[in-house]
Amino acid sequence: MARIGVFICHCGENISATVDCAKVANTIAKINGVAYSTDYKYMCSDPGQTLIKDAIREKHLTGVVVAACSPRMHEPTFRKAVAEAGLNSFLCEMANLREHVSWVHEKAESTTQKAIDIVRTLVEKVKKNQPLDPIKVPVTKRAVVIGGGVAGIQAALDIANCGHEVVMIEREPSIGGHMSQLSETFPTLDCSQCILTPRMVEVAQHPNITLYTYAEVIGLEGFIGNFKVKVRKKSKSLDEDLCTGCGLCTTKCPVKKIPSEFEQGLGFRPAIYVPFPQAVPNKPVIDRINCTYYTKGKCRVCEKVCPTKAIRFDQEDEIVDIEAGALVLATGFNILKTNFFPEYGYGKYKDVIDGLQFERLASASGPTLGEIRRPSDGKVPEKIVFVACAGSRDPAKGIEYCSKICCMYTAKHAMLYKHKVHNGEAYVFYMDIRAGGKNYEEFVRRAIAEDDAKYVRGRVSTIYERDGKLIVKGADTLLNGRPVEIEADMVVLATAGIANHGAEELAQTLHVSYDAYKFFAEAHPKLKPVETNTAGIFLAGACQAPKDIPESVAAASGAAVKVAALFSNDELTRDPLVAVVNRFGPPLFSTCVGCFMCQPVCPYQAIEKEEIKDRAGNVFKVLAKVNPGLCQGCGTCVALCRSKSIDIYGYTNQQVYQEVVALLNE
Amino acid sequence: MKLGYYPGCSLKGGSREYKESVVAVCRKFDIHLVEVPDWNCCGATAAHNMNKELSLALPARILAQAESAGLDEIVVPCAACYNRLKVTQHEMAHQPELAEKVKAILGMEYKGSTSILNIIQLIEKYILPNLDDHYYRPFNYKAACYYGCLLVRPHSILQFDRAEDPQTMDEAIRKIGGTPVDWEFKVECCGAGMSVSRTDLVAKLTGKVVENALYRKAEVIIVACPMCHSNLDMRRPDVNKYLGVETTIPVLYITQAIGLAVGIDEKTLGLQRHFVPVHLPERNEIVDMPAELVTTQGKEE
Amino acid sequence: MSSVQHQVQKKGSLMEEILDSREISVQKCYQCGKCSAGCPVAEDMDYPPSVIMRMVQTEDKAMEEAALRSMTIWLCVTCETCAARCPMEIDIPGVMDYLRQRSYEKGMANPKANHIISFHKAFLDSIDYTGRLYELGLIVDYKMRSFQLQQDVDLAPGMIARGKLGFFPELIKGRKNMTDIFRKTLHKKGGLK
Repeated sequence: MARIGVFICHCGENISATVDCAKVANTIAKINGVAYSTDYKYMCSDPGQTLIKDAIREKHLTGVVVAACSPRMHEPTFRKAVAEAGLNSFLCEMANLREHVSWVHEKAESTTQKAIDIVRTLVEKVKKNQPLDPIKVPVTKRAVVIGGGVAGIQAALDIANCGHEVVMIEREPSIGGHMSQLSETFPTLDCSQCILTPRMVEVAQHPNITLYTYAEVIGLEGFIGNFKVKVRKKSKSLDEDLCTGCGLCTTKCPVKKIPSEFEQGLGFRPAIYVPFPQAVPNKPVIDRINCTYYTKGKCRVCEKVCPTKAIRFDQEDEIVDIEAGALVLATGFNILKTNFFPEYGYGKYKDVIDGLQFERLASASGPTLGEIRRPSDGKVPEKIVFVACAGSRDPAKGIEYCSKICCMYTAKHAMLYKHKVHNGEAYVFYMDIRAGGKNYEEFVRRAIAEDDAKYVRGRVSTIYERDGKLIVKGADTLLNGRPVEIEADMVVLATAGIANHGAEELAQTLHVSYDAYKFFAEAHPKLKPVETNTAGIFLAGACQAPKDIPESVAAASGAAVKVAALFSNDELTRDPLVAVVNRFGPPLFSTCVGCFMCQPVCPYQAIEKEEIKDRAGNVFKVLAKVNPGLCQGCGTCVALCRSKSIDIYGYTNQQVYQEVVALLNE
Repeated sequence: MKLGYYPGCSLKGGSREYKESVVAVCRKFDIHLVEVPDWNCCGATAAHNMNKELSLALPARILAQAESAGLDEIVVPCAACYNRLKVTQHEMAHQPELAEKVKAILGMEYKGSTSILNIIQLIEKYILPNLDDHYYRPFNYKAACYYGCLLVRPHSILQFDRAEDPQTMDEAIRKIGGTPVDWEFKVECCGAGMSVSRTDLVAKLTGKVVENALYRKAEVIIVACPMCHSNLDMRRPDVNKYLGVETTIPVLYITQAIGLAVGIDEKTLGLQRHFVPVHLPERNEIVDMPAELVTTQGKEE
Repeated sequence: MSSVQHQVQKKGSLMEEILDSREISVQKCYQCGKCSAGCPVAEDMDYPPSVIMRMVQTEDKAMEEAALRSMTIWLCVTCETCAARCPMEIDIPGVMDYLRQRSYEKGMANPKANHIISFHKAFLDSIDYTGRLYELGLIVDYKMRSFQLQQDVDLAPGMIARGKLGFFPELIKGRKNMTDIFRKTLHKKGGLK
C-alpha cells in the first residue's frame, strides 16, 4: 500500500500569492494513498527539508511529491533530502506550481484548482515509481577550449595549472583575440599587448596545453565526461615542424595589398602572413583565396625562398577527433561595422571609423605606429567626434541591449587622443554614461575634467562630408535639445558589440542554446552564469554577452573551476532516466522484434544490437539494446517502437498512463 | 497596356508640366493611363494636420473609386499623394477599428486591394525594361536626384528604396546616360506645405538643398514631387535671396529627363513652364547605349 | 520648466490619449535627442521635438498645455526624418499630428501659427466645396483669412503666363459625398467656421 507524502511550498509569496496552498494541501490529503500532506513557506530551506525528512521517517512514506518551483531549480535539492532520510531519491517527484501555475495565472479559484490537478497527477505517478540507481560513467580528464582570446587563454591556463590536459582550438592563425588588437586598456591605461602576450606565450609553452590554430570545431558527440570533438585543422600550406618562423616568405610574397584583418582594414598584409609580429604561433599561413599560386597556378616564391623548405602547397585540411570530458566556449564577440549606419555615411566616408579601428590607430604596433592619423589622407585630426551607442540600445537597428563596454572605451579613446594630440578637440555624443565598475566612473570623470573631452548628451542624427570635414549633426538635450553641429576631421562610432560570426552554427553543432542575438545562453542568469544547458559545456567571456576584459577573465576562471570540479572525480554519476528495452527469461526474452526502426532515429547513437544465442552458440534472435552511457532519455525510440518494447526509467508508459488517468478522473 | 492613374490636384494645376511629361512618356511606351473616375483631393498636409479621420477618408475615397472602376494598379506621380494613399492603405489594413470608422464616414465599399505605384516604380517596372526601343540620346548631365521626404518616408509603410541615400532615381538617370552625383541632401525636406504660409522657412530649407547640389557640381536637379519642384523652381527668388547668390540650376521632373532621352520635344514635356529657365548645354551626340543598360536588359524582363 | 509640483493626472493625460487613439507610445522615448538633432526646422521651434516628447511624458497639466500652445507643432513639416531615425521607432510626426488636432480643437493654437492654420483651412475649404484643390480660390481665400494681401502677388502673372493657374475650379460629381465626409470629420463638433 502506497504511503505518499505531499509538500506544498509557498516559495515566499511566489506561489502563495495566487494559489491557496493550504487548500491544495488539504484537498490532496484526502486522496487515497496520501499519508501526509502539508504546506510551508520555503520548502527548500533547511527547516523545509527537515520537515520532509522527518515525515519520511515518522510516516514511513513510500514516495514524496514536492510541489514547488521548476525541477530545473530544486529537484536535486529535494532528491538529496529524500535520500538522506533513507528513501530512494527517485521516489521523489516535483510538481511545478510556480512556472506552470502561479507565475502565469491571476489569483483565482481556478488557479488553485489547476495546482491541485497538477499535484494529483504526480501523486498517482509517484505511486508507480521504482527505486533507481544512478549510472556511473568514467570521466575523460581533458578539456577543449574553443577560442584563444583572453577568456580562452585564462580558462586554458587555469585548467592546465590544475594538472589537466587542455586542447585549445583557435579559428584564426594566431591566438590573442580582440585583446591583442587593443591599444591601452581602461581604467588603468596599461598596454594591452604587454599584459596579454606573455600569457599567449605561456599557452604555447604549457606542457598540458595543445594548441590548434587555424582550426574549427565541426562536430560533437557524446556527453559530459565523454565528449568526442571533431576538429578541422585548416591547411596552413606549411610544415609547422620545419618552419622556423623566420618570416622571409612574408617579406618576399608578391601579393602585398590585402587588407589586414588584424589592422581592421587600415593596413595591409601579404598572402602568406603572420597576423601580427607577436602572434602565437609565430608561423605563417597561406591565405589561399588571395595567393597567386592558388588563384593563377603560378608564383611559388615563398617555396623558393624558404630556407627550410617548409611550404606545402598540396597540404590538405586535417580532421581530428579529440576525446574530452568538458568544453569551454570562449569564442568572443564582434562589433557592428560602420556600414550598418546609413545616416552616418553608409561606410562610404573613410574617416568615419569604428572603435576597433581607433584602437589600431592608437596602438604603438598599429599601421600608424600609434600616431592618430585619419585614414583618408593621413592628416592628424584636429577634431574628433566620438559617437557612443552606435547601434546599441537601438531597437530600430535590431539591438535593444546596452553593449556595456562602449562608454568606457569611448572615454579611453577621447583620453588617448588628447594625450597624443594636445591641441586636439574631442567631442563625445552620449545618451547615458554607464561606468559601473571598479575605478570606472573616476576614469570617465578624468577624461572630462582633466583631459577636457567635451561630452554632449544627445544622439547624432546624421553625418555628411563637406570640404574634407565631416559635418556631425547632433543635439544637446541638456540645453533643451539645442541643435549642435560640429565640423570634425574624424568620427569614431562606438558600434554595438554583437555575437561573433559563426556563433549560431557553432551553437547548433554543440547543442548549446543561444539568445535572440546569437549570444550563447547561460543555464541560469544568476546562479549558473558560466554553465550552458548542456552539461559539461561551459562559457567564458564575450561569447555570452558583451563583456570587458576583467569580466571575461573572471568568467573564464569561473568556467575553469567548473571544469576542474568535474575532473576531480574519476567517475560521474548521471540520472538513470534512460531508455531500456524490456527483457524476460526464455523463451520470449523480449517483446522486441528486432526491426531496429529505433536505431536511425536515436540522436545519440545509443541503440546497439544484442544477439541472443542458444546453447550451441547459434544466434536465434537479435534484440535492440540501449547503451545507458549514451542515452539521454529523449524518448524518441519509445514513441517509435511498434511493439512497445521500450520504456524510459522514471517516465515509464505505466507512470504516464497513471498521470493521464488521474487527470481524467475528477 | 492600361494602367490606373491618379493625377492629384497639383498635376491638374500648378504642376501641369509634370502631368504633361508623365502622359507623354507613358504614351511613348504604350502605357494607356486610365484616370481614377471622379477623383478627389487626397487632403495633403492640411488634412492630417487638422483631422486624422479626414486625412484617411479622403484618400480612402480615391482608392474606393479606383476599386469600383476595376483598377488593380494605379500610378500616383505626385509624391505627396502617393504618400497619403499608401499611409491610408496601411493604416486601414493594420487598424481594423479605425478602418471601420473611416468606412462609415466614407459610405462606400473599400477593400484596400489596389496596388499603388509611385512614378519611379512605374519607371522601373514599365519604362526602363523597354528603354532601348525608344532611346534617342543620352541625358548627358550631372544630376542631383532629389527624393525629398514623401517618396521614402516612413520606410516601414512605403517600403520603397532605402530611407537614407536611396538609389532608384539615380539608377534611372544612369540608365538614360546621365551621371547622378553623390550628394548629401537627397532626402532632406524642402519645407513642402509651408510654401505659402512660411515662405521664409521654405527658402531656408530649399536653399540648403540647392546649395548642396551645386557644391556637388550638379547641372540639374531631378525631382519626382510637385511640392519639391515648386519650392525649388517657383520659390527660387526667395531661395536666392536666402543664399545671397543668383543660382540658375534648373529643376526637372524625372519624367522630363526621360522624355528628353527618348526624344520627346521640350514643349510637349512642358519645359517652358518652369520659372527657372531650362538651358541645358547642347550635348546631343548620339552615343551608344550605356553598357550597363545593355547588360541588364535581360534581367529586368 | 515650472518648479511647482507636477500635477500628474491619473487619467486622460495626452500621453494616454495618444496611446489609445493613435497607438503611439510616447513613454518609449528615452530622450536621446536624435529627433531634435535631425529636425530641419528645430532651430525655428520654441521646443525641439524631443522636448515636446518630454513635456507629454510628464503628464503634467502645465507641461501639456505648453506643448499644445507651442509653435513647434505647427512648424513641424511632417518630413518624417525624426521617425526614420528614431531608435525607439516612435511615430513622432503622429504625435505632432495629434497635438495639432487637439490644440486646434481646444482653441489653444499658438497665435503665431495663424497663417499656417489659415492656409490649412483655406485648403480644406477648397476641397470641401469642389472636391479638388482650386489653387486660385485657395490663394484668395488664404489672403482673406490671413490678411497677407500683398504676399506672392508677383507670382500670379508668372503662373498665369505658364498656364499654371486655372481660373475655374474643377468640380467633381461626388461633391455631396465630400461634404458628407467633412461633416462627419472636421466639421463634427462645429469645428471649422
